[in-house]
Amino acid sequence: MYKIVSKETLNSAVELMEIEAPFVANKCEAGQFIIIRVDEDGERVPLTIADYDREKKTVTIIYQVVGYSTELLSKKQVGEYVQDFVGPLGHPAPLHKCEHVVGVAGGVGSAPLYPQLRKLHEMGVKVDVIIGGRSAEFVILKEKFEEFCDHVYIATDDGSLGTKGFVTTVLQELIDKGEKIDEVIAIGPLIMMKNVVKVTKPLNIPTAVSLNPIMIDGTGMCGGCRVTIGGETKFACVDGPDFDGFLVDFDECMKRQGMFKEEEHECRMHLAN
Amino acid sequence: MDKNMSMTKVAMPEQEPNVRNKNFSEVALGYTKEMAMEEARRCLNCKHKPCMTGCPVNVPIPGFIEKVAEGDFDAAYEIITSENALPAICGRVCPQENQCEGKCVRGIKGEPVAIGRLERFVADYHMANAKPVETKIEKNGKRVAIVGSGPSGITCAGELIKKGYDVTVFEALHKAGGVLSYGIPEFRLPKDLVAKEIETVEKLGVDIETNVIVGRSVTIDELMEQGYGAVFVGSGAGLPRFLNIPGENLLGVYSANEFLTRVNLMKAYKFPDTPTPIKVGKKVAVVGAGNVAMDAARTAKRLGAEEVYIVYRRSEEELPARKEEVHHAKEEGIIFKLLNNPCAIHGEDGWVTGIEVVKQELGEPDASGRRSPVPVEGSNYVIDVDTVVIAIGQSPNPLIRQTTPGLDTQKWGGIIVEEDTMKTSKDGVYAGGDTVTGAATVILAMGAGKKAAKAIDEYLSK
Repeated sequence: MYKIVSKETLNSAVELMEIEAPFVANKCEAGQFIIIRVDEDGERVPLTIADYDREKKTVTIIYQVVGYSTELLSKKQVGEYVQDFVGPLGHPAPLHKCEHVVGVAGGVGSAPLYPQLRKLHEMGVKVDVIIGGRSAEFVILKEKFEEFCDHVYIATDDGSLGTKGFVTTVLQELIDKGEKIDEVIAIGPLIMMKNVVKVTKPLNIPTAVSLNPIMIDGTGMCGGCRVTIGGETKFACVDGPDFDGFLVDFDECMKRQGMFKEEEHECRMHLAN
Repeated sequence: MDKNMSMTKVAMPEQEPNVRNKNFSEVALGYTKEMAMEEARRCLNCKHKPCMTGCPVNVPIPGFIEKVAEGDFDAAYEIITSENALPAICGRVCPQENQCEGKCVRGIKGEPVAIGRLERFVADYHMANAKPVETKIEKNGKRVAIVGSGPSGITCAGELIKKGYDVTVFEALHKAGGVLSYGIPEFRLPKDLVAKEIETVEKLGVDIETNVIVGRSVTIDELMEQGYGAVFVGSGAGLPRFLNIPGENLLGVYSANEFLTRVNLMKAYKFPDTPTPIKVGKKVAVVGAGNVAMDAARTAKRLGAEEVYIVYRRSEEELPARKEEVHHAKEEGIIFKLLNNPCAIHGEDGWVTGIEVVKQELGEPDASGRRSPVPVEGSNYVIDVDTVVIAIGQSPNPLIRQTTPGLDTQKWGGIIVEEDTMKTSKDGVYAGGDTVTGAATVILAMGAGKKAAKAIDEYLSK
């Protein structure tokens, strides 16, 4: 059992939890993920690591309450326990020293992006971030990014904060202004990552994306997380989760993500009653 | 005592095929005391004990059977468990026809003695009737780490704890048992039985740490720095193989690992009472014909599929599964499409609609000694299905070899060991089970765990 040591509500749909998990906290690096199971018989849910504290032996996760299991998790309070918490899984993000990196985050994508950009900053890279959300409320971790990013740009669908439009609108503006960008790291909904690549690929700006497909074990055993990268099948859990965005078959990813849509709904309805 | 000279085994009661293919309860129901004693009297107690030469863990078979015939089931249990820590499991899943029973003299004319059924009876009888015995083990203060809680790891742990070692087993999943928990279905190996066998080892003092992935959460070198004198790697055959044909990433295509893990470990057969789902549709093709393929096919049927096919490129004679599994599958209505090799999976809107196969003929024997399938040109046809399960084997998980310097592996990824000791190229590190052999059987993995335990004891006693 793994103890919840702190919990925060970031907005009406997103929460943060810091959980005691010594094995994970000892070893994890930016880009890696964990699998959590809230209770006995629960689903195994993969979540990317948002932060960690090697001294306190804790790992921070940020999650959107979207389905049965995240709702269940959301009901847990500080001092209570989750059944299982395993990791770190996947490879650390392949971060390398360069001049200027722009991070692009959509929704809860800010969470996994945060430790990657912080690490780059520590490596001496100039880091900017573009955070997107439906409205001001859904823009998360803005203050955290402001601690080390040179610029924090915001894009909201309704214009309630920052530029009215998508993250790609802001990214395009930066490029049009003549900013020299060595690399883009985009983490968020598949459609957002696909659209970021549409902007960066023609200009040949290397773009890393982080994939979080449906999986069971997270150690390479089930093969459920198959993704097509440059025409080859890879397992996101052991070969990723970060991949070269130019090579990802996003359309296939989006289809596979919807494999159990009906069942998700059925389960939520059934277990709510 | 009079021998029973019947040519056939005492039949074991089973659920009716058309009843059991709709539930997940165990198919075979086991012998009664009377049946077991009657079957035990078929054993001739041969002097040269050929059956024992077929057993990878050297169970004194005629000895325990003699006790069953006498009705002394506790003594029979003592004899079996002197060599085999998991009899209830072996009695159910060992390929006896290629092992003990394959060597039985009674099998020359008629059926061999039902050694597996008797082993199962003795173990079940013990579980139901025995009172717990306090065993006092003197500790030697030395620590051993075991990677993986499957058959090889649990066996190795059980042997070492009895010798006085402090043993910690690290398991990557949330539940112990390895393939016994995630792979083999409830109807063939009830999970509460697996849990009981593991509990037995825990009661002896073995510490099982779930949710620790050796190679990620901690490395073998780190374990040794933390004071473990030796490490046994029994991490299993992890990565599913695919066919590398078009359409394999369509929705509705599963690896057998995913399909069975969803159902067995995550209990998707209880969905929506449990939250992990599975989809089977009306028609299912399972590619492959080993035990895992039979498990997947029979599972699909139980989940409500109307038609389930086994698609296999060779013929009946080469079917690698246990005979009993093939027999049970056929009884339950699984359709065998033999000499059919898949060449593409077809789909619409991203979902599977069919599997295209090429008919095969048998040609010359290949490297495996089996006649190799040769495609019949122009014989392609499509079998309409909603779901495809790929059950053509697995390769070892790369996590350990990638994070353990000095550990030599085969080109295909298997860990290289010295056959007699299971010792690897790295000092103090031993390995066994599927991670060494590639996908094999529970009993071979147990044999390896046992051999390694003996070698580890010698190594740490030096």
